[in-house]
Amino acid sequence: MNSVPPLLQASGVVKRFGPLLANDVAEFAIGSGEVVALLGENGAGKSTLCKILYGYYRPDAGKFWVVAGQPVTIASPHDARRLGIGMVFQNLSLIPALSIWENVALFLEDLPWAIGPARLRRRMQALAERLRLSADPRLPVGRLSVGDRQKVEILKQLLAGARVLILDEPTKVLAPQECDGLFRTIAELRAEGHGIVYITHKLHEVMICADRVSVMRHGRIVGTLARHDASEATLLGLMFGDPSPADALAPSSRPAATGAMALELDGIASVPEAGATALHDLSLTLRSGEILGVAGVSGNGQRELAELILGLQRARRGAKRLWGEDATHWSPVRIRAAGVASIPEDALASAIVPSLTVRENLALGNGRRYRAGFGLDWRALAADMEGSRARLNFPPLPADARAAVLSGGNQQRLVLTRELAHEPKLVVALYPTRGLDRRSAEALLGLFGKLRAAGVALLLVSEDLDELFALSDRLIVLRDGRIAGTFLPTSFHAEAVGPCMVGTAHAA
Amino acid sequence: MQRDLAMNLHGLATPAARQRAWRALAVGLAGLGLFALLLILDGKDPLRAYRDTLIYVFGNTYGFSELLVRMTPLLLTSVAVALPSRLGLINVGGEGQFYMGAWLATAGALAVPELPVWLLLPLMTELGFVGGALWALLPGLLRAAKLVNETISTLLLNYVAPLIVSFFIFGPWRSAESSSYPQSPAFTDAARLPSLGSTRIHLGLLYGLVCLALYGWLMSRTRWGLEMRAIGGNAEASVRLGIPVAGYVIAAMAVAGGVAGLAGMGEVSAIQGRLVANLSPGYGYMGFLVAWLAGGSTVGIVVMAFLFAVVSSVGDILQITQGVPYAVVNLLMAIVLFIVLAERGGARR
Repeated sequence: MNSVPPLLQASGVVKRFGPLLANDVAEFAIGSGEVVALLGENGAGKSTLCKILYGYYRPDAGKFWVVAGQPVTIASPHDARRLGIGMVFQNLSLIPALSIWENVALFLEDLPWAIGPARLRRRMQALAERLRLSADPRLPVGRLSVGDRQKVEILKQLLAGARVLILDEPTKVLAPQECDGLFRTIAELRAEGHGIVYITHKLHEVMICADRVSVMRHGRIVGTLARHDASEATLLGLMFGDPSPADALAPSSRPAATGAMALELDGIASVPEAGATALHDLSLTLRSGEILGVAGVSGNGQRELAELILGLQRARRGAKRLWGEDATHWSPVRIRAAGVASIPEDALASAIVPSLTVRENLALGNGRRYRAGFGLDWRALAADMEGSRARLNFPPLPADARAAVLSGGNQQRLVLTRELAHEPKLVVALYPTRGLDRRSAEALLGLFGKLRAAGVALLLVSEDLDELFALSDRLIVLRDGRIAGTFLPTSFHAEAVGPCMVGTAHAA
Repeated sequence: MQRDLAMNLHGLATPAARQRAWRALAVGLAGLGLFALLLILDGKDPLRAYRDTLIYVFGNTYGFSELLVRMTPLLLTSVAVALPSRLGLINVGGEGQFYMGAWLATAGALAVPELPVWLLLPLMTELGFVGGALWALLPGLLRAAKLVNETISTLLLNYVAPLIVSFFIFGPWRSAESSSYPQSPAFTDAARLPSLGSTRIHLGLLYGLVCLALYGWLMSRTRWGLEMRAIGGNAEASVRLGIPVAGYVIAAMAVAGGVAGLAGMGEVSAIQGRLVANLSPGYGYMGFLVAWLAGGSTVGIVVMAFLFAVVSSVGDILQITQGVPYAVVNLLMAIVLFIVLAERGGARR
């Protein structure tokens, strides 16, 4: 399997974040012309390992070789770059206000003090063509699509001389058609002799583009298989240590919800903010025991709709009623206290305090529930949160670790554990399965089904139509801040909803 | 990771915090070294200057007691900075809040001088707190309403407060006993905070230590502290989680200003015994540096306040022994600040 000497080799890598053992990797190597997938569920340690390889984290222990026999230390991304290791992060690290070539120039080590923009652009040109990056290099990066931004990231790494390229869940930010382009690029880079480390938790991507698959679980590599030896079943077995749970997404026919009216929006218009989509004349109803799906290309008012319901944005016109009461001017505090839970799209930015511990984060947002003297009843809190975690079937989180060191998936779990702990009556969920691996996502969707059965009203915003079709009792499509169409389960077809999302057909 | 240490709730028990304390000490020493170079450039003898300082400060109980006297207002003004900093607020207004505390406490002392001591001193303490609190409440309200950044408003109010004090001591409160020197009449004995024996160490030191302990307890042990740290760590999430952010901002600023006001009350009541101009040699600003260098930790504040008390004595002593103006203290403090900035910048890499 490894007749070529590896481009990069690591052994005995250990990394702890406080009480959390993030990595304990005995052996990892990548050779020239090879695509190695790092597969594992959220928090398995994939990103951590790669950030160590890129010098972003310092490991507690570990040895690294770039050329066999000569150990190297990778103490910083600077070192990594010098050794020919490049990494493309999940959240791309470009400066939107600067142009493509300026972003590339910033990254180059051998940049002369007087930059010749034309010369640099010429240097970029051949590579840009190979990556099929057709945008004018003088365009600011902020104007590019996410797919093109990713290409700029790859381009700058290659131009800086990267031989090993680490891609951290590169398809997470891409539209489906952009993914194909990425896979083509990966195949070409591989043919040129680059080594590519591909982090993912999506099985089908592994089968498309990897030569070898290393499966991670609890910070360890639990198995490495050549692709032709791997099947979805064997990989799933390695990822989870046991067979995957039954498919929670099986659609079922349900009678129309007849519960009490939980939420009514009547002719809502919101104040447009910079960079946001204003809502126009938006009316909807949501009953207890009902799931209202909200589909749409992201950026069409989903976030604004959620914030308006949660009281974080004011309505310019129209009325909002919660359980029949006029809640148009209620504060976020009052709305929360009334039993509205929120699962935001970006847990780290809007639901977690990274500098506080997991335990402290769980204590926030509970109003006065755990008040005990001047302090908090930590014992009761821990018991409730433990119950919530068990209901969600999440693995335990380290209570004393700072939330900042949790993986993205575990941060999402923390938020879900807290938000669903106290039998909310209305749940506003934005892309709740984004960042969760398949098993956790299925468990969560299954739980949403149970919440509905228990009489909870759910507003589910998602970009995954399968997910929406499986769960929704009704589905609305948002486009440009308006409801572009309403669908009932009988008409849940991608052929009908899809065109409505992009605006090529009129829907019922 | 290090940059978030200020948020670390367990404060001082962690090895990282201890390491920070050592680093802070090293910074202080480096500052003294650089200051020595400047003294040499000026033709002075830094070794003698430092030796004189050491002998004066640690050589006898009087010198040491004076250190504690200087440390007293610093403890209070640094708590006034540390508390809002946990919510991500930057209170640069300790100086103004100090003056307004002194001013309102004086108003009490002059208005009802006939009160017995057990009534007058609590009244003045309260008024000192209220004066500072009101002076910080305004920036707090403006910030909570998202109108004016609190850093700017607290800083600008620093220039207003001493002028209010000046207006009163030049005008309505001007003492008749001395026409040449603007100051208020002397307080009655009942308006003087008791001192320890023959020293100038006064009850204000206890105020400082109690406020500091309360601050540490509030932050690490109460749910208000937890919510304030949440606001400092992620204000956006805190709003979404239903934490009354605006209320906390207003309350934290007001309480902080009140604590700085206590420092002013202590100085007029115990040290001066009357309201005078130039009451503070920059205690408010020094408190800012102390709190900042200490990273908000309680023990760190005690250590740094002590260090700054030493620094400000250096100024006094140099003035006496080497004829250097007291203002060189500002130079020394600027050097310390500069080195800290450089050191923090290095640690972030």
